[in-house]
Amino acid sequence: MRICIKNGTVFSPSNNINDKRDVYIDKGKIISLKKKPNGFKSDLDINAKDKIILPGLVDICGRLGEIGSEKNIAIKNELKAANRSGITSICVPPDIQPTIDTPAIVEFINRRASESNRANIFPLGALTQELNGKELTEMFLLKAAGCIGVSNGDVAIENTEVLRRAFEYAKSCDLTVFIFAEDSKIKNNGVAHEGAISTRLGLPAIPETAETIAISRALLLIEQTDVRAHFCRLSSGRGVELIREAKKNGLKVTADVSICNLHLTDIDIADYNSNCHLQPPLRDDSDRKRLIEGLIDDTISAVCSNHQPHDENAKSAPFSLTQAGASTVEHLLPLILHVSMHGAGFTFEEAILSVTSKPAKILGIKKGMLEENSDADLCIFDPNKNIDIDKNNLLSAGKNTPFNGWNLTGSVTHTILDGKLIFNSD
Amino acid sequence: MTGNNIQLDKSGNLKHFLSIEGLDQPLLQTILDHAESFATVGERPVKKVPLLRGKTIANLFFEPSTRTRTTFELAAKRLSADILNLNISTMATSKGEILSDTLHTLEAMHCDMFVVRHANSGAAHYIASQVAQHISVINAGDGRHEHPTQAMLDMFTIRQHKKDFKKLSVAIVGDVLHSRVARSNIHALNVLGANQVRIIGPHTLIPKDIEKLGVHVYHEMDKGLENVDVVIMLRLQRERMKGALLPTENEYFQRYGLTNERLENAKSDVIVMHPGPINRGVEIDSDVADGEHSVILQQVSHGIAIRMAIMSMVMGGTSESGGIKN
Repeated sequence: MRICIKNGTVFSPSNNINDKRDVYIDKGKIISLKKKPNGFKSDLDINAKDKIILPGLVDICGRLGEIGSEKNIAIKNELKAANRSGITSICVPPDIQPTIDTPAIVEFINRRASESNRANIFPLGALTQELNGKELTEMFLLKAAGCIGVSNGDVAIENTEVLRRAFEYAKSCDLTVFIFAEDSKIKNNGVAHEGAISTRLGLPAIPETAETIAISRALLLIEQTDVRAHFCRLSSGRGVELIREAKKNGLKVTADVSICNLHLTDIDIADYNSNCHLQPPLRDDSDRKRLIEGLIDDTISAVCSNHQPHDENAKSAPFSLTQAGASTVEHLLPLILHVSMHGAGFTFEEAILSVTSKPAKILGIKKGMLEENSDADLCIFDPNKNIDIDKNNLLSAGKNTPFNGWNLTGSVTHTILDGKLIFNSD
Repeated sequence: MTGNNIQLDKSGNLKHFLSIEGLDQPLLQTILDHAESFATVGERPVKKVPLLRGKTIANLFFEPSTRTRTTFELAAKRLSADILNLNISTMATSKGEILSDTLHTLEAMHCDMFVVRHANSGAAHYIASQVAQHISVINAGDGRHEHPTQAMLDMFTIRQHKKDFKKLSVAIVGDVLHSRVARSNIHALNVLGANQVRIIGPHTLIPKDIEKLGVHVYHEMDKGLENVDVVIMLRLQRERMKGALLPTENEYFQRYGLTNERLENAKSDVIVMHPGPINRGVEIDSDVADGEHSVILQQVSHGIAIRMAIMSMVMGGTSESGGIKN
């Protein structure tokens, strides 16, 4: 299919494009960002007047429901929801159903993804078998099957010896390890940030040290093993400081943050709102501000949706008994732009980079940038179209958004994947 | 603030009783006044008033309890209500769908009130948010969060002995971290204008930022007890010794056990309270528990009057009956 997008402003900050251009697409590629190619006859013209053409978003962490299950939340549905936010690439952690710990499961997921034809899916392989924290997976074969990195997901590897060997082996496979830093023993049965709110509500608490001790331990092993490492979903200001210091000392580490932790704090759970029961937990406002500072100075490079759809039953119980996670994939772009509009010093450009080229670079994929001959994964964004978030109107099967009732500025109107129009709200 | 809206109906009357937090001083005083008028019902030859005749109350205990359940049951019977006792293991309801199914089943039996005890904080709020409009929910203890009827009977007991809350210094001693009684009492004392609320315990049993609830924290018993008017001892669960929170019962008693000697630090007319059941020789010495300053047994009997007051109030039963004829 040949598509021509006319009259819009192309914004691809990683290669310094920011001006009015027409975009010509053919056979899944951008064939021109300048003049109309000779003999080009479009099948579809899109008028992007007063709109911005962005690279398709790269979500560095999103869970897509139970990929293996027929009856549960279907992958296609979740990807449709992602497309609504301009997402065309999504990295899936291994701690889903089924656990991504064998090449066969990677192939199964890749097949499901290509059948859905709604996004590029980049699975992370498990570091240990069944995430048991004991035996290593076949990382070399997982990589050959298509895993772009390895991780133990949200499940902590308690045994430090195993963690060291896992890092070493990942290094030998030239794989990046993705680390969700949380000490399971200190976390214990905690469900909310340790502070005035958890004390008042009587909720079992997760101290900041659950994160910082796990980061510190991992950093020392990264130093020792020289593995390439990425820290997933930081939640504490102190955690940001540790990563900043490590980068300053020359360690090859990067980090991301979940969109929820940039907007919300533990105060938001104060009426036992189970939609604010998240992993990692919402911490206090000083943490939230320091996470944004980390984004500004590039200690944190990427922002993820950390999408975790749940059905109503999973969220309908006393707080501690509900499942953690939020349905967020649908609003990743307007939510990160909202931070840039209200967070001092975090620019529109930095916001776009944090959900396009920067996560792409961490994942080692050629995405997140618009140039001639690049994959035609892009979205068209109307900066003047407001959206009211209404949980009942979510495309995701998970209605568990903590942003219900929020009004945001800017909305994606079109999403194009591999040269095909897959979402159009006009 | 927690439960601020959900506990009151549109006219500001008590609809659910879930937490002390979110209730104001006049309302707490009203509860205490009503309890006053119920306090003598138990001494009559016919220990009943017909306020809740025809109403059905379900005791939903997701966590075992004898004392609290029994006093709720007695209170309901003295108000002439029908009462159902349901002991539901938390295991069977660890999934929300089953819990809400249980609630809807009971609704279908035309229950008017649920008295709820649950191991998880926020359970009473959750249940109140789920039930049909006509049903009132009373929190009989949710996790570490609140135990508001216990706090009210404690306030009632204090008021009987000490006239003016504004002059009182009160020390709450022990395992504040896991204690719903402590949280409810801290709120109640602050709402009623107590001069000073102190908590005393080792760092391992004092939750972070508790000062923000309006308390002064002490880690030394003698210092914390200095010149207090009221001491509220908390029960220490024996399982706390299994983790890394405390070494032994013996050491705990040496540091924080209430003895007559330690009580010397307090005012001479100090009263000693305990929500029960008591671990003698762990948090409190028998000589104190049975001694002249102890009001522990009075607390138990006040529990019935307080629960009668609250049950009748949430059912709208005391709007004119504030002065029940004695």
